[in-house]
Amino acid sequence: MQHKVIDTKEVVIRFTGDSGDGMQLTGTLFADASALYGNDISTFPDYPAEIRAPQGTVSGVSGFQVNIGSGEIKTPGDFCDVLVAMNPAALKANAKWAKPTATIIIDSDTFDEKGILKAGFRTMDPVKELSIDDRNIVYAAITSLTKESLKDSGLDPKAIIRSKNMFTLGMCYFMFNRPTESTFAYIDKKFRKKPEIAEANKKVLMDGFNYAGNIHAIPNTYTIKPAKLEKGVYRNINGNQATAWGLIAASEKSGIPLFCGSYPITPATSILEELALRKDLGVKTLQCEDEISGICTAIGASYAGNFAVTTTSGPGLSLKIEALGLAMITELPLVLVDVQRGGPSTGIPTKTEQTDLNQALYGRNGECPIAVIAAHSPSHCFEAAFYAGKYAMEHMMPVILLTEGFIGNGSEPWKIPSMKDYPEINPPIIKQPEETPFWPYKRDEQTLARRWAFPGTIGLEHRVGGLEKNNNGAISSDPLVHERMVAERAEKVQRLANYIPEQEVIGEEKGEVLIVGWGGTFGHLYTAVKELHEQGKSVSLAHFDYIFPLPKNTEKILSNFKKIIVCELNSGQFANYLRTQHQQFNYHQYNKVQGQPFIVKEIVDAVNALL
Amino acid sequence: MELKYTPQDFKSNQEVKWCPGCGDHAILASVQRAMPDICEALNYTRERFVFVSGIGCSSRFPYYMNTYGFHGIHGRASAISTGVKVANPTLTVWQITGDGDALAIGGNHFIHAIRRNIDINIILFNNQIYGLTKGQYSPTSKLGMVTKTSPFGTVEHPFNPGALVLGARGTFFARSLDVELKLTQDIMLASAKHDGTAVTEVLVNCVIFNDKTHATVSDKENRADRTIVLKHGEPMIFGKNRDKGLILVGRTLKVVKIGEGGITEKDILIHDAEEENPGLHSMLIDMKYPELPIALGVIRAVKDKTYDDNVRDQVIDVKEHAQIHNMDELLRSGSTWEVK
Repeated sequence: MQHKVIDTKEVVIRFTGDSGDGMQLTGTLFADASALYGNDISTFPDYPAEIRAPQGTVSGVSGFQVNIGSGEIKTPGDFCDVLVAMNPAALKANAKWAKPTATIIIDSDTFDEKGILKAGFRTMDPVKELSIDDRNIVYAAITSLTKESLKDSGLDPKAIIRSKNMFTLGMCYFMFNRPTESTFAYIDKKFRKKPEIAEANKKVLMDGFNYAGNIHAIPNTYTIKPAKLEKGVYRNINGNQATAWGLIAASEKSGIPLFCGSYPITPATSILEELALRKDLGVKTLQCEDEISGICTAIGASYAGNFAVTTTSGPGLSLKIEALGLAMITELPLVLVDVQRGGPSTGIPTKTEQTDLNQALYGRNGECPIAVIAAHSPSHCFEAAFYAGKYAMEHMMPVILLTEGFIGNGSEPWKIPSMKDYPEINPPIIKQPEETPFWPYKRDEQTLARRWAFPGTIGLEHRVGGLEKNNNGAISSDPLVHERMVAERAEKVQRLANYIPEQEVIGEEKGEVLIVGWGGTFGHLYTAVKELHEQGKSVSLAHFDYIFPLPKNTEKILSNFKKIIVCELNSGQFANYLRTQHQQFNYHQYNKVQGQPFIVKEIVDAVNALL
Repeated sequence: MELKYTPQDFKSNQEVKWCPGCGDHAILASVQRAMPDICEALNYTRERFVFVSGIGCSSRFPYYMNTYGFHGIHGRASAISTGVKVANPTLTVWQITGDGDALAIGGNHFIHAIRRNIDINIILFNNQIYGLTKGQYSPTSKLGMVTKTSPFGTVEHPFNPGALVLGARGTFFARSLDVELKLTQDIMLASAKHDGTAVTEVLVNCVIFNDKTHATVSDKENRADRTIVLKHGEPMIFGKNRDKGLILVGRTLKVVKIGEGGITEKDILIHDAEEENPGLHSMLIDMKYPELPIALGVIRAVKDKTYDDNVRDQVIDVKEHAQIHNMDELLRSGSTWEVK
């Protein structure tokens, strides 16, 4: 077979295997190596809720998809060019994602009778049964080759088997002409104290690399030239890390110490983990006894003068809701981060959705409007978290930041910003009495924010709490006082619209169809619009980061298109919200509630059907 | 500047709205009287005090103190006060809570604050009833007690708050009666001096929904014979005539009369609040009338590292070896590459 090196613009690889096979790590290392090489990338970890579901079963399959390109990459890709299946169950669960032209690498050692039956195949020929026999199937005895590679390593059999993902990675590095330096550096660092394991991993990786070159079963290898990215220093970042860093950045800019009270919950936990690492920057984290304590410790910290945050996912937000009302009525700064996942209840906890929007907008007792901001990509989480912190502190109110499992866990290259390019944050801190006694709910005329008086300040002793109060801080159940305070708090949130940026439109300002989206679907919607433009269609995209309040030019934008289609990963929550805010328009919907991101093609088809 | 506070300095301008005859008035007075002592002993100033509460009759307390105050939501006072203290460890944090607030809806936060040994002072008003919701049984209501939600008597065993404190490896537990104003005042000073979570249970009368629930022991007539005020380093002697004492027989505590059966003062147990082993403290906390007197005073006050200390030590240690000093350094840490 003639070996060809094909120069390509974009390649999607999907690593799949048992949840113990190390596919998340394999995918991450491949993505990092590609990013360091200069490609634009986008990743999508897709893993089960169980840490180790029954081995070899479809429910235990873990996947990691990465899209690498020499041009702009905004999504992890719909279908893959290369599928790695470490066992029959992985093949069964993922064959549907392989393009008709795909190469499928299979660990043939696992395709014995036992493995095939366990995956639930009816015949002993899974490839035929799945009707993928026309694909380029590469059968490689990965398990036994790994054993052979490490037979003299002195490692125990279990450790040897665990290294087989490195063999697979080596094969992929060959196929895509990836440099191995960054991966070797990672291995050396990870196994600093166990050099024998580091050496074994590197050897297996190189053996996989050479094996792929020798077998001639891989007809073509690919080069993907570095993307033409803007000049600058880049790093790879996932959304949860970016969220954590954005919060720290807001703390640094405001000079207010960061406190995070939180309780572990998938897929938000790594924000707490990242913040816990940053004692060097003075970050305080408290892993609480429950979600309620997470927000209540944060409220206490905010009262005491810290920039307080609490991080969670849907069910955790449900638990925090009463306390969110407390933060709202005490008018204290607080950022609540909700990394959304599939619900209701425990739902599909490791899968992505946008189904908490209603909860974020409306889920409280009483008249309790709270600002809602959404992040639209892994790296955008940094900016979204920074501004959530800025607005919370400057406007003295809680802000909900919505991200999603998809962008929280997904990663992309990010041009590293400089902190000098970010605005100052000036909370309305009061340091000495302006009136005696201090009126805790006296407001700034512009923002309607009250002043932040830290305990420990002489002469500003005051009491706040969940009971309705007058502006002077006295408890009041006077009907008119209550109505006025309700109105003032609502107006304060509404006035945030004077400070947030105007909504941008991607594409023409006027046209046939406006796609409306929000949050983590940005990459897919953006890519769909680009495709539609290539088809010559009059389609634009308005992707909202600011949900409540909406940007002031929202109505104008919506009025410029003949048709509006709201695309979101829920049953129509943003569409219904827009119906309450701008009733005069007719909103079409494209919805998906499968715990999976959009596929670009389905958006393109939905819009074409409307045109 | 030499600051001399009086209790008046700690009274806010808000009208106190508890029922006439409610035991909460007495506790408020005790705490306000203790404040000048505390400021003098620990060199505190008024603006460093934060009173935090949950929900219930007792939780209105912060409004009546002319200090910083936070009236929270039901059960969450321990979490809120934890946040206040961790955010600013130089503050002196006082948490006001009741038997429903701390032990039912807020039980989880209560035990975890104690487990962490956060340096906060918790005053638990135990009236064995839900007062603000007008008379339902609480987690400390006696078995069989008839209330609006237990018309045929409760079928639940009550909590003993002190036992929960010990179970959570608490370092400080004291008990008082609402009517023992001076004792409560003294305990407040001991609580303030203690590093770590200090829990003081005050047995308080609810004049409307659970009147005289503690009367058997708090009644002026019999109080001296039915309670014992424990003092560290002193023999466990009590009674109107100071002639009764506690001794240990086998594994149980027993009341003896000094001068009878060859018992002298030397045979009486000496109270050691600082003993780390909670065995005897547990027995003292569990004492019930009529077999034994109810224990009052500081029952347990042992030294241990506080959460605040540990956080501070860790921050100092990490900062000493820190490679990253600001956000720009963090952003450029790890694997990066340059596009030219």
